[in-house]
Amino acid sequence: MGFEEISHTADWSVHVWAEDVPSLFAEAARAMNALAGTVTDQGPRVKRMFESEGTDVESLLVAFLSELVYYQEQDHGLAFDIFALKIEEPALTGEAVSKGQMLKVEMEGAQIVSTDKAIKAVTYHNLKIEKTNRGFEATIVFDV
Amino acid sequence: MNIENLVQISETEWEIPTYTRHDMRVPVRLFATRALLEQIMDDKSLEQAVNATTLPGLVGSVIVMPDMHQGYGFPIGGVAATEYPHGVISPGAIGYDINCGVRLLSSSIELESARGEMDSLATALNKYCPSGVGKEGVIKVSLKELDHVLRDGSRWALKNGYASEADLARTEETGSLEGADPGGVSERAKARGRGQIGSLGAGNHFIEVEVVDEIFDEEAANVMGLSKGCLTVQIHCGSRGLGHQVCTDYVQQFQSAVRKYGIDLPDRELVCAPMDSPEGQAYLGAMRAAANFAFANRQLLAFAARRAFEEIFAPGKQNWHLHQVYDIAHNMGKIETHEVNGKQMKVCVHRKGATRAFGPGSPGLPPEYKKIGQPVIIPGSMGTASWVLVGTEDSMTRSFGSSCHGAGRVMSRSKAKKEVQGDVLRQELEERGIKVRAGSMPGLAEEAPSAYKDVDAVVDTVSAAGIARKVARLKPVAVIKG
Repeated sequence: MGFEEISHTADWSVHVWAEDVPSLFAEAARAMNALAGTVTDQGPRVKRMFESEGTDVESLLVAFLSELVYYQEQDHGLAFDIFALKIEEPALTGEAVSKGQMLKVEMEGAQIVSTDKAIKAVTYHNLKIEKTNRGFEATIVFDV
Repeated sequence: MNIENLVQISETEWEIPTYTRHDMRVPVRLFATRALLEQIMDDKSLEQAVNATTLPGLVGSVIVMPDMHQGYGFPIGGVAATEYPHGVISPGAIGYDINCGVRLLSSSIELESARGEMDSLATALNKYCPSGVGKEGVIKVSLKELDHVLRDGSRWALKNGYASEADLARTEETGSLEGADPGGVSERAKARGRGQIGSLGAGNHFIEVEVVDEIFDEEAANVMGLSKGCLTVQIHCGSRGLGHQVCTDYVQQFQSAVRKYGIDLPDRELVCAPMDSPEGQAYLGAMRAAANFAFANRQLLAFAARRAFEEIFAPGKQNWHLHQVYDIAHNMGKIETHEVNGKQMKVCVHRKGATRAFGPGSPGLPPEYKKIGQPVIIPGSMGTASWVLVGTEDSMTRSFGSSCHGAGRVMSRSKAKKEVQGDVLRQELEERGIKVRAGSMPGLAEEAPSAYKDVDAVVDTVSAAGIARKVARLKPVAVIKG
């Protein structure tokens, strides 16, 4: 599990890898916090839940990271570092009509104390989650 | 792709023909000198321009400007026109920061008479113009009031005492796009935008105090109120979190729309929907609402800048006022009429990192600008010149009434952070007489002038190509960054 920053002319790009897809999502979130230079309060922890439905696993990743971007600007700024993620096929959830796959996330974090630079949006640019010998990998481009 | 794949039309114009790749619907037309083109070749911007030519309903060519650089999906510095109403609209071809743009204010305060106050002025601007990551704005509006902002833009600011009729007259679309639909803007977007109206944000956005360094067109400069040696204020920002969320929401929704309408694209960030579809109409209404938010945002920042000028200069100067020169977008989708293959045609012009540059006599310009053409404000990289240009007759026929939008990045942000130290850069700028107020030193380093192309070379190119004409060059004396 890990990530590395990839050179991008105008924005930020990060390559992420992990042993399974939920871990890849969590690592992408941690990469986002690291790129932004986010420092959180050591005080009280906060919990939030998030659910999303998407056309495929890439759209769930964008929805998940976009949710974290949203929280950066809410309640005076929240960042999350612990995640319990579940990705379900809709057929297994018994839903008759569905766009694709379901994501359920419980996340824990804290108030943001400072950020070097905010990520403003998560893009689909060349986004593909691929199975490799390291598990799963993806390169994500962020708008900053 | 390399330069040999391009057909050279002139010293400043190139084409990537449709035979270059099987899925191209139209050619790419590129305005650049060979030297700028070689810089462009360093990243994936040309590949992205070719990808953009696959959008359904395109007419003419996909145009790219000399400040072009790699974005995500659609290149920064790109212009694409799609036939209205059956062609598509693509949120990614307009950008996340909907109606990111520039406002220029002029004054008759001579720099030489105000050098002693520059430090205090920078501090006052920093105090009244909130900047920085997620920073809240000058005011906080209720959700009901926010809907008025989204519907009316600068007209809302006028009604609430933050603008004058003269400001609105010198704003693109008078700062209020018709057809804005606050109902198409999600609660999430409204939650992000509600507290941010009247704030600068971070990234490449800034407020600069500049001095008019050189005038190239006396008549146009007079009409605009620009005098050599006098101070101006430039405000560069957009629709903050609200616009980003609108784009995020519709790029997500359009992932299904492209399947529904059978649209096949080489990059998912280019997703689009026909303009006459429910999805396309919903995005158009929401995009216009976000654009109105950005117009109101820059208007509130102009109000705050005037407050700072009053505080510093009113005690000692009779004429300390700031007058609007113009406010213009460089990330926007607009329904316009252009000549395509000899026929007048209604199109949606997507401009992402490209500025509208309508020629003299064009509709929508205030009477005083009808004769000279639409003012085009080109922010430079921090520490280098900015430019004021005007649109030309040629820009109407060759670039869908568009020109460049800035210097254009040439160095990645990660490399800039490694090579430049924010505090050292600030020191260097201060030694050159530029007062700097910055919220983040790493953020300042990423925006170092060395990370950008030479803005003068970019402007020389559009000027030589005939798609804009030089009016004045501005040099920074104080920079406020988030």
